[in-house]
Amino acid sequence: MAAPPLKYKPNPKAPRQALPLLDAQVRARTAEEVALGFTPEQVSVEAQRCLQCAKPTCVEACPLHIDIKRFIARLAENEFQAAHDVISEQSPFPGVCGRVCQHELFCEDACIVGRKWDPVAIGSLERFAADHARLRMQELATSYPKPTGPKVALVGSGPASLIAAYDLIRWNYQVTIFEALHKLGGVLAYGIPNFRLPREILREEIARLQNMGVEFVVDFIAGKTASLAELMEEGYQAIFIGTGAGLPHMMGIPGENLVGVYTANEFLTRINLMEAFKFPDAPTPVRVGKRTIVVGGGNSAMDAARWANRMGSETTILYRRGRVELKARLEEIEHAEEEGIKFEFLAAPVALYGDENGYVKEIECIRMELGEPDESGRRAPVPIESSRHRIAVDTVVAAIGQAPNPTLQKVTPQLITRRGRILIDEHGETSMAHVYAGGDVVRGGSTVILAMKDGRAAAQAIHNALSGTPEVQ
Amino acid sequence: MNRVLAKRELAPLVTLLEVEAPRIQRRWKAGQFIIIRPLETSERIPLTIVDSNAERQSITMVIQAIGKTTKEAVSLEPEALMCDLVGPLGEPATMSKGKNVVCMAGGVGVAELLPVAKAFHQAGNRVTALCGARSENYRILDAELKEAVDELHWATDDGSFGFHGNVVQLLNSLAGPDTFQEGHVIGPIPMMKAAAEATRGWGLKLHASLNPVMIDGTGMCGGCRVTVGHEVKFACVDGPEFDAHLVDFDELTRRNRAYREMEQESLNHKCRVGLDIH
Ligand SMILES: Cc1cc2nc3c(=O)[nH]c(=O)nc-3n(C[C@H](O)[C@H](O)[C@H](O)COP(=O)(O)OP(=O)(O)OC[C@H]3O[C@@H](n4cnc5c(N)ncnc54)[C@H](O)[C@@H]3O)c2cc1C
Ligand SMILES: Cc1cc2nc3c(=O)[nH]c(=O)nc-3n(C[C@H](O)[C@H](O)[C@H](O)COP(=O)(O)OP(=O)(O)OC[C@H]3O[C@@H](n4cnc5c(N)ncnc54)[C@H](O)[C@@H]3O)c2cc1C
Ligand code: SF4
Ligand code: SF4
Ligand code: FES
Ligand SMILES: [Mg+2]
Repeated sequence: MAAPPLKYKPNPKAPRQALPLLDAQVRARTAEEVALGFTPEQVSVEAQRCLQCAKPTCVEACPLHIDIKRFIARLAENEFQAAHDVISEQSPFPGVCGRVCQHELFCEDACIVGRKWDPVAIGSLERFAADHARLRMQELATSYPKPTGPKVALVGSGPASLIAAYDLIRWNYQVTIFEALHKLGGVLAYGIPNFRLPREILREEIARLQNMGVEFVVDFIAGKTASLAELMEEGYQAIFIGTGAGLPHMMGIPGENLVGVYTANEFLTRINLMEAFKFPDAPTPVRVGKRTIVVGGGNSAMDAARWANRMGSETTILYRRGRVELKARLEEIEHAEEEGIKFEFLAAPVALYGDENGYVKEIECIRMELGEPDESGRRAPVPIESSRHRIAVDTVVAAIGQAPNPTLQKVTPQLITRRGRILIDEHGETSMAHVYAGGDVVRGGSTVILAMKDGRAAAQAIHNALSGTPEVQ
Repeated sequence: MNRVLAKRELAPLVTLLEVEAPRIQRRWKAGQFIIIRPLETSERIPLTIVDSNAERQSITMVIQAIGKTTKEAVSLEPEALMCDLVGPLGEPATMSKGKNVVCMAGGVGVAELLPVAKAFHQAGNRVTALCGARSENYRILDAELKEAVDELHWATDDGSFGFHGNVVQLLNSLAGPDTFQEGHVIGPIPMMKAAAEATRGWGLKLHASLNPVMIDGTGMCGGCRVTVGHEVKFACVDGPEFDAHLVDFDELTRRNRAYREMEQESLNHKCRVGLDIH
C-alpha cells in the first residue's frame, strides 16, 4: 500500500529543537521535573525535520519497533491524539520512554537526518505525544472485556514485566504482576528521581494496564511469599521473571559501614520510594550533610548526586575513568553539570575515615591514569600510588553497579545462573520449563528499553508456547 | 492490605497484634520477620513473626511502641486494614536436636524469642529460657513461654520478680562453660553483646538475632549491613541471625543510632498537610 502524500514539505535543515528546561538555579532546589517538554510550535518544526524515509532505520533501531515515522507524521499534521494511538500499537509507556530511554543509542542514533545534521528529537516528540494524550486521559478510559485465556504470572513490576503484561493481555491472557515492594515500577519507582520521571506519569501509564485488566499484587516476594512451584499449582501456566538487578555492589574499602555512607540503592530508595526529600512530612529520614561525594559514573551516580545537590549539599562525582567513559544518559550528565555538580575524573576512593561517633568525615582518594584497554574495550584505570589525598566529606554514596537480585534464585536451585544472572535460551526460557526471564536479572545492569525488549520477546515466546501458534501478527 | 483481627496490650507500651496473612501463615518459620507499613503514609519497619493461626489464617506480632511508626502500628484497631505487610523475610533460625539449649531475651525480645524457643523444643532439645524485664509488670508471654520450654527463669532490673539483675548476670548465676551447647539471644544490643562476651570461650554456639535499620528487607539497599567475622553481611537476607561471637556489636550500635535526632523530630512533627484540616 502506497503511503498517502505528505501534507507538508520536510525540512531537516531546521535546527533540532532544544528541550525547554527549568532554570538550573531553580531546579537545583526542587523536586519538580527538569525537562518541560516541547511546545506545540516546537513539535511542528521538529516533526517536519523528519524525512519520512521509505525505509525508516529509526523504527528498526527502536527495540520496541514503535512506528516512529508514522507517529511523527501525525504530530507534523497536528494530529496529536492520533500520534499517541500509533505509539500505543507497540507501547503504552511513551511518557516513561520519552523521558528515560537512552534514545541516543537507539532510534536517534539510527535516524538518517543525523548523518548530515542533528537527528530528529524522537524521544522528546514521543514524550510530547504522551503528555498530550495524558491531558486528555478521560478519552482513554475505555472499558475492556475481562481476559479469559490462560493465567500468566510476571514477577517484578519493572519495565520488563510491564511491557510483557501489555502484550499478553492484548492476547487475552489473564496476567498477574507480583511485586516485592509496596509500589509498582521497579527502578522507575525506587531508582529514577521524580525530577526526571514524575510519579504521576508512571502511575498513569501503569493505570492503563490496570484498566485493561492486568492484576497487580504488591508486597509479594516470589521465593519467599510463595515459591514458583506454588504459583504453578495455583494455575499459572507460565511465569516470567523480571526481578531486575537490585543487589548493590559494595566498594570493599575500609570504613564503608560508617554512618553517612550509602549505596546508591539505599540513598535513592529512601528519597524516591520513601520520599525522604519531604522529611519530616514524610517519616523516612536520610542523612545529607554539607559535602557529598558520589562514587561512580552511571545513571545511579548522576541521580544520587543531583538529589544530594538538591538537598543542599555541595556535591562531587568521583569517577575512576574520564568524562567520555561516563555511562549515564548524555542529557543527565549535562543537567548535572548545569546544576553545579563537580566532577573529579580519574580518581577512586581507597578508604573512609570516621569521627568518634562513627560518622564518616574523610574520604581518601587516589588518582588514576588510563592504561591498556580491558575486556570492555575501554582503557582500564591504573592507580598512581603517590597521589593519595584526603577530602573532608559527610555523605558518601557508592554508585558502582548492581548484580541480579538473588532472593528467588537462592530458593529455586532449578534455575541455572551464571554470576548471579539467570540463563535463558533463545526463546527467553530458563532452565525451568514454562519459566522465562528477561531484563536486568538476565543482563546484569542494563537499560529500560532493553528490559522492555526482553519482556516483549518473552511474552511472544509464552504466547507461542501456550497457544501452539508459532508466529502471531 | 491486611486486616487486623485482634489486639491485646501485654505490658506498658507493648502490644500484640494478630493480622490476617494467609500466605505468610502457611510458610513462615521461627526466626523470620515481616516488613510493615501500618498506614499509607508510614515508613517501612521490620517486626518478628511471633506466632500464627492456621484456622484464622493469621500471624501475630508483638510491638514495642517506641517511635513514630510503631506507635502508628499499635494504633490500629481490630477490623482496621494494615496498609502493607510483606514476608516472610530473612532466614529461619538455626535448629539442632538433642542438645542443651539456652534461649535468652530481654524486653520485647522475649516475644521474638518465643517461636525460636518453641522450635528448639519441638526439634528435641532441652530448652532453658532466660528472660529479662524492667520489673514484674513488664513481663510478657510468661504462660506461653512456660508451656514452650523446659525451664523458664525471669530476671528483673528492680528485683520485683525472679532474679534481681539482668539476663547475662542470671546466666552467669545458673550456668558455666559446659552447661549449654547451643544458644539463641535476642534483645537490646548491649544485652546481646554482653551475652556474647560472657560466653566467649564457653563450649557454646551462640546465635544472635540482629536488629539493624532496614528499609526494603529484600537485599536491595544494603542499609541493614552488619559486620560478622570481618565480612559485610546484609542482615535482611543473610540473617537476621548470626554467630554472636563474630558480630561487631559496636558498629551495629553506631549504625542504629544514625537517625536518632531525626526519629525524634519525626515523632514530634505534625504533618503540615494534616494540620490544615483541623
Ligand atoms: C538509579 C537508576 C537510574 C537509571 N536510569 C536509567 C535511565 O535513565 N534510562 C535507562 O534506560 N535505564 C536506566 N537505568 C537502568 C534501568 O532502570 C534498568 O535497566 C531497568 O529498570 C531494568 O528493568 P527490569 O524490569 O529488568 O527490572 P527492575 O526495574 O529492576 O524491576 C525489578 C522489580 O522486581 C522486584 N523484585 C525483585 N525480586 C523480586 C521477587 N523475588 N518477587 C517479586 N518482585 C521482585 C523489584 O522490587 C523491582 O521492583 C537506571 C537504573 C538505576 C538503578
Ligand atoms: C529483624 C528485626 C525484627 C524486629 N522485630 C521487632 C519486634 O518483633 N517487635 C518490636 O517491637 N520491634 C522489632 N524490631 C525493631 C523495630 O523494627 C523498630 O523498633 C522500629 O523500626 C522502630 O520504628 P519507629 O518509627 O517506631 O521508631 P524510631 O523512633 O524511628 O526508631 C527507634 C529506634 O529503632 C530503630 N529503628 C528505626 N527505624 C528502623 C527500621 N526501619 N528498621 C529497624 N530498626 C529501626 C533504631 O535503632 C531507632 O533508633 C525488629 C527489628 C529488626 C531489624
Ligand atoms: S522507546 Fe526509546 S528507542 Fe523507541 S522510539 Fe522511544 S525513545 Fe526511541
Ligand atoms: S530515520 Fe529519522 S528521518 Fe527517517 S523516518 Fe526515522 S525519524 Fe524520520
Ligand atoms: S534492608 Fe535493604 S538490603 Fe536489607
Ligand atoms: Mg521511625
